[in-house]
Amino acid sequence: MSVLLIAILLSLVLSSRPALVANGFRFLTGSEWDPVTNSFHALPFVFGTLVTSVIALAIATVLSLALAILMGEYFRTGAFASIMRTAVELLAGIPSIVYGFIGLFFLVPAVRVIQIALGVPPFGVGILTSSILLAFMVLPYSASIGREMLMLVPADLKEAALSLGSTRSEMVWKVSLPFSRSGIMGGIFLSLGRALGETMAVTMVIGNSNSITLNLLSPGNTMASLIANEFSEAQGAVYLASLIEIALLLFVISTVINILGKMVINRMVETT
Amino acid sequence: MEDSVLTTEKIILETRNLSAGFDGKDVVKGVSFTVPERRVTAIMGPSGCGKTTFMRCINRMHELAPNAQVSGEVLLDGEDVYRINPILVRRRIGMVFQRPNPFPTMSIYDNVVAGYTLNGARVDRAERDQIVEETLRRVTLWDEVKDALYRRGTFLSGGQQQRLCIARALAMKPEILLLDEPTSALDPKATAAIEELIVSLKGSVTIVQVTHNIPQAARISDYTAFIHLGELVEIGPTNKLFTVPKDKRTEEYLSGKFG
Amino acid sequence: MAGDLARAQGEGAMQTRPSVKRKAQGTDAELRGRLRGDKAFLGGVLAISLIATLPLVLILVFIIVRGASSINWQFLTELPKPMGEAGGGISNAIVGTLILIVLASVISIPLGILAGIFLSESGKSGLGRLTRLSVETLMGVPSIVIGIVAYVWVVRTMGHFSALSGGVALAMIMLPVITLSTEETLLLIPVSLREAALALGVSYPRTVMKVILPAGASGVITGTLLGVARAAGETAPLLFTSFGSPYMEYNILKPVASLPQTIFFYATSPYPEWQTLAWGASFVLLVIVLALNLVTKLVTSRWKIQF
Repeated sequence: MSVLLIAILLSLVLSSRPALVANGFRFLTGSEWDPVTNSFHALPFVFGTLVTSVIALAIATVLSLALAILMGEYFRTGAFASIMRTAVELLAGIPSIVYGFIGLFFLVPAVRVIQIALGVPPFGVGILTSSILLAFMVLPYSASIGREMLMLVPADLKEAALSLGSTRSEMVWKVSLPFSRSGIMGGIFLSLGRALGETMAVTMVIGNSNSITLNLLSPGNTMASLIANEFSEAQGAVYLASLIEIALLLFVISTVINILGKMVINRMVETT
Repeated sequence: MEDSVLTTEKIILETRNLSAGFDGKDVVKGVSFTVPERRVTAIMGPSGCGKTTFMRCINRMHELAPNAQVSGEVLLDGEDVYRINPILVRRRIGMVFQRPNPFPTMSIYDNVVAGYTLNGARVDRAERDQIVEETLRRVTLWDEVKDALYRRGTFLSGGQQQRLCIARALAMKPEILLLDEPTSALDPKATAAIEELIVSLKGSVTIVQVTHNIPQAARISDYTAFIHLGELVEIGPTNKLFTVPKDKRTEEYLSGKFG
Repeated sequence: MAGDLARAQGEGAMQTRPSVKRKAQGTDAELRGRLRGDKAFLGGVLAISLIATLPLVLILVFIIVRGASSINWQFLTELPKPMGEAGGGISNAIVGTLILIVLASVISIPLGILAGIFLSESGKSGLGRLTRLSVETLMGVPSIVIGIVAYVWVVRTMGHFSALSGGVALAMIMLPVITLSTEETLLLIPVSLREAALALGVSYPRTVMKVILPAGASGVITGTLLGVARAAGETAPLLFTSFGSPYMEYNILKPVASLPQTIFFYATSPYPEWQTLAWGASFVLLVIVLALNLVTKLVTSRWKIQF
């Protein structure tokens, strides 16, 4: 099994060799991506990946925290709890392409309407749109983890707060959440890992523009969506190898984040 | 340490200076004793004294635990079991555990003959039927389950499950049957049934039973060994050991001075 | 923490001087404010949670409504028509997805179960920990990266796209899911079962295969079904491995259409007829994935062996 993993890593490294050689370290710092002149740089896509993931995470954190509190504190048992839990599980199981499809047909026009109202170019697609979609896609995971972490809070700690006269919301805010803080953070990290690798939904609504821009309402591109869009038609050894190099970069980044997330969660479970 | 050779009976199992433990520390220290054939020998002692570990050395289950060590000899009919393949040893020595553990994926029927089928032995249908009926009759379970042979054993009560486990072990026609506190997880009624069963097997099966239930040992065993802190303190015919114990520690244990 | 709380509510909650006691319990107005805040908190949490589950409702409603209307016998059994023509179906995509799943399963199920058995037996050893780390890492690798690896290994070697390469990619995605759930299941089986078999003189491998594995069968099946559900919905790795095809294809050495890839292709196309196909295909895919999840739940509740 570990043989497999090492094999994967090696393959990626080896296959991107031509690009590594051709592009050098500037690969990571330049911002041009031009197949015609064979000038390839990763920065716009690293930027796109990070920006969409961070925004998605911010939105998802709020959403999943609410879900976690709802299911881990207020509605632990009962019909409503089962319905919510099933709903979250179903959300987690929906293929990303379906999310992308719905995003394309509902989210994009909605954003377009807002953009027209704001007087900005009505792309509809763009960084913000894909971030919103991404947020909904990763929230089931952090919601489930958050719920489990909240359920780990010892009952006597919560009762201590309540017996001192605090309201339930105060208890959640001041006792339960701080206690499970690191576990919830770990869950967020893992969601980040998922967000980084999410491809299809993002590809369908991000607009596919290879430039760096701080304007969230304009199109962009992530590492994953770049590969999805260009790989099957890429010609030329360096072009292909550069795309593979992007894959390598994505592999490294998401693996690091995942490992960090696991470490954080493990520490939380151990100290309980 | 007492002289441990019992006269007149034929000895089927003998341990010589058996020591065993974990992580370099011995919980069984140099135990040498003998088990007479077709009798019930009880091993009693306070909890943690090493009696279960000792018994698990007989059928070579102890060595499966991580960091386990064993030294000394265990002679079954004169052969040192530590020189034979452990799997063969376990087929000749049966074991029943503290908590009944019938195989949950198998029917009652299949549980009884599990010792054969799991080992890949080819036994034809007629023979299997015979083994099942004979063994279940022996443990007085036959009438209770004969109409439910093909149902999973997990619906049976605790006492019935334990009898099923005894049947499973007996079906292998073992030379010795090891019982590890077989009634400690059962209610009084089931306990009584099992004790009756053990008594009924006397004379046909050699039984070694670990127990921390002193009255039980007194009730059902022919010979009793008392182990304390890993050492064999005393061994002898049950009635003698209980009425005129030779060692002061035995006397203290029997009078409940330490548990 | 209790001290913090007391301080937050006002100092000296335990003293009895009237003025201080007043402060501890707060004025009536403060109390009412806090109670209002408590209700508002719950309300807020509820509202946000409902927003969070909104996409589920949207997805289910719209795909069922729009997708179901496209479903008819023709849809399920015909090949797609060229652009601009109405009608046509997604039979090749359905068959293709099936082929890919079978390929992926053949590779990943035996390997995954074996790895799961290994982890449950020797998970604490050095090799065990290394393996677990590898499996968990593999689980987190973005599917598009896995697709690239499959491309490099299979497509480049063969010189063209094929269902085989898609199957390999999906196998790598299914593998960690199956492994981890097998391990989890086997770890739940009590030690006494293993001991009972060993005490009967059953060899270790047989004990695992004939006693432990059957006892954990429901969990293993569940894990497999979940792996299949995940693989069935994956698109990214198929974009440049099995690639897609407008024809019905049974040869695994050729490119093959699949449901997710078909949805992508038709949804992003400018032709309304093709977009209709995409709705229908989404419906079929959703039905398959949700059905698998449902079956998983049933298997767990009915077949699970209690100890």
